[in-house]
Amino acid sequence: MRRLGGFYLLAVAVAALPFIFPDNYFVTVVGVSAGLHAILAVSLNLLMGYAGQISLGHAAFFGMGAYTSAILTTRYGWNPWPTILVGLAFTGVIAYIVARPILKLKGHYLAMATLGLGIIVHIVIVQMGWLTGGPDGLGSIPTLSLFGWTVDTDLRWYAVIGTLLMLVIWLALNLIDSRSGRALRALHGSEVAAEMMGIDTAATKTGVFVLAALIASLAGSVFAHQQAFVSPGSFDFFFSIELVTMVVLGGMASTYGAVLGAIILTFLPELLVVFEDYEVMIFGAILMGMMIFLPQGLFIGFQDLLRKFTHRRAVTKKEESSHGVA
Amino acid sequence: MALLDVKDLTISFGGVTAIADLHFEVPESQVYAVIGPNGAGKTTLFNMLSGIYKPNEGSIKFQGKEIVGRMPHQVAEMGVSRTFQNLQMFFNMSVLDNVKVGCHLRTRSPIWSAALRLPSILKEERQAQAWAREALIFCGLEAYIDQPADSLPYGVLKRVEIARALAAQPKLLLMDEPAAGLNDTETVEMRNLIRRLSETGISVLLVEHNMGLVMQVSDRILVIDYGSRLAEGLPEEIQNNPKVIEAYLGGEVQYAV
Amino acid sequence: MFDQILQFLLTGITVGSTYALVGLGFAIIYNASDVVNFSQGEFVMIGAMSAVALTAGDTGLPLWVAAIAAVLITMLVGMALQRFAIAPARGASVVTTIIITIGASIFLRGIALLVWGKDLFPLPSFSGDEPIQIGNATILPQSLWVMGGAALLVFGAQYFFNHTTLGKAILACSCNKTAAHLVGINVSIMLLVAYGLSAALGAMAGILVAPITFTSYDTGVMLGLKGFSAAILGGMGNPMGAVAGGLLLGLIESLAAGLISSGYKDAIGFIILLLVLFFRPSGLFGKASVDRV
Repeated sequence: MRRLGGFYLLAVAVAALPFIFPDNYFVTVVGVSAGLHAILAVSLNLLMGYAGQISLGHAAFFGMGAYTSAILTTRYGWNPWPTILVGLAFTGVIAYIVARPILKLKGHYLAMATLGLGIIVHIVIVQMGWLTGGPDGLGSIPTLSLFGWTVDTDLRWYAVIGTLLMLVIWLALNLIDSRSGRALRALHGSEVAAEMMGIDTAATKTGVFVLAALIASLAGSVFAHQQAFVSPGSFDFFFSIELVTMVVLGGMASTYGAVLGAIILTFLPELLVVFEDYEVMIFGAILMGMMIFLPQGLFIGFQDLLRKFTHRRAVTKKEESSHGVA
Repeated sequence: MALLDVKDLTISFGGVTAIADLHFEVPESQVYAVIGPNGAGKTTLFNMLSGIYKPNEGSIKFQGKEIVGRMPHQVAEMGVSRTFQNLQMFFNMSVLDNVKVGCHLRTRSPIWSAALRLPSILKEERQAQAWAREALIFCGLEAYIDQPADSLPYGVLKRVEIARALAAQPKLLLMDEPAAGLNDTETVEMRNLIRRLSETGISVLLVEHNMGLVMQVSDRILVIDYGSRLAEGLPEEIQNNPKVIEAYLGGEVQYAV
Repeated sequence: MFDQILQFLLTGITVGSTYALVGLGFAIIYNASDVVNFSQGEFVMIGAMSAVALTAGDTGLPLWVAAIAAVLITMLVGMALQRFAIAPARGASVVTTIIITIGASIFLRGIALLVWGKDLFPLPSFSGDEPIQIGNATILPQSLWVMGGAALLVFGAQYFFNHTTLGKAILACSCNKTAAHLVGINVSIMLLVAYGLSAALGAMAGILVAPITFTSYDTGVMLGLKGFSAAILGGMGNPMGAVAGGLLLGLIESLAAGLISSGYKDAIGFIILLLVLFFRPSGLFGKASVDRV
């Protein structure tokens, strides 16, 4: 119960918001974007925060899902549901193929390789106009519907994406607190020690990379059906950086932190709309300032403060009680 | 048959031979120490034994099976675990989780069943928890179980590394300088811990600079110098071996404890 | 066909010279502080944009004065970056420093956007726009400026690091900070100098190439990435490798654009980079390293 306490709290909040603020633009429109961003941030956080493998190209997998759905529905008239599965399969295969060679790299090299991957995918999307619509993108993507229930209002999309987000958070929380999750964190802590404990680090990295890519692809497909329009701009290098910022802002290696980062970064431009010209600068300043002054991120930074406080008390107690033992 | 049988082991880096033609056998259930001056190639030897480096020549047989050519995680699977000279702690995790990672090979559940939290997971988690606790208690660390690893002093972390290695239930434990950086009290605790370890039937291969500790816990000792075998035998034989005394700085064997 | 190839080669060397300078700047900072500076491209942009701004209008400065002033401005920005963003985070992880410099680059771009807007600006050519005929290929006089300038700067940097006390001191810092400190080198000042120098190189690259490519607040992004690619191709931490990597990348892109498709030229550059990373992560001219445990 304690393990999932935060999860239930968040679930209740997500469910209650549209009732507390009915027909509110910030809930059902910005909220939906925030939800999608949160899904992406949670997936990237598995890779970056927990497994310690930086990726500056996560938007590529988001784009693959989105474009698979967009192309199959608009150009070939498919039903939306199977396109999501095809998107997952396609993204999964690509991610699996590139994962091994890419994740052999570390630090700067890994950053550059993932960045390069993201840029290549973006260029391909722009250039393959006959299929992707090129820079103009693809429009009139049909929405999702299930047994006659068509997702055609902002509120319904809020429900779908809210549910999906909670599902992804639940999966991530379960995963982290398990054998596989510990393997991920261990390889972040010390790759050589992880290997010596019997963890196949190369396979584990590949696994988490593919998993993160799959979640991103799913988010991409949903995004395409929700927006009814996709264009290359949504999947460029800057969006990858934005996702990294979300993870970093909330706090690496914290699922709730990633969600918090995504929410803040989605709402910030809405609130800064008055200072539109300053948006880029403020965005850069936040990214830089956070990393310099609070590298653990908002969520963890706050938690750390709490922990330091409670921990100090615990240690003094322990010292008192352990005097007799030694 | 010896537990570990090393033959003709040679490795060089960029033309410099670090280990040359080394051979030795580690018997079952013993504490076997490898000593030698700094730079003699002890850690390099450990890195080959655990599959991190691949030797240029020679063989390393563990229970009759070849280690050379296997990845470290495959070597771990054979029943070899190790600790490190410079701590390789998972500082991003709690002490308990660190040691639970040690149970990785004793648990099997795949990633998807963990993500869906199937009932089998709960059972396995409880089991891992129990094993980790057991290892921590064995190493005298019950007081630190729920603490984050990055908040603990060096001496404690050294023991957490041992607990983590123990949680894997190894047949052979490679310990790379377990007493380095410890104060006198901690060194005595470490000595007792190594003794208790070998009493449980685990074989220990020990690299250590503290001669007092080595002489007190080891059943046999191998001395290497410039990557070659200098001497091998019982502690008393080693202590009185003129070649060994020579290698150690004009004949002064240091006793630290 | 041959003439065409010659044309591609000339273009490639011009573009490659710019990449080489940015890559060289990358390598200098990486050598001095182990930081991969993702805002290297912004130095190029700030150099070019400042020069444009200083020459503009009725009260505009002569081109050469503006160029010198622009280089100085960029040097200040580079030093400020080191002092206020990199230095406070000393000892941070690789991921952290990467994100700091990415943040810095976005920040600088944001300021440029505020000051100069989104327009594309030209800088006057140094010596006219009359193309020069070489066989059946042509080359702009400005391209010669770019090539010559780059060559001069590269050799200058080479001389600086190998034959001057200051240059050697910076190299000493990169080898061993504590030792450098012990022999009386002021490490923090050396780091400032390294960033200043790297920024100056970027600014000069920007000013040299701006008459051909024009400049806007976001020209630094791609150039920075190309410079990073050049540095990786050549082997990180090897300044002359970065120069060679830059020229090579410029040539590859130019040939790819001419022979395959101009839309895919950047993609081809990055694919080659990925292949090098996969099969020879130490770069084409770098030495392999052994992990220590």
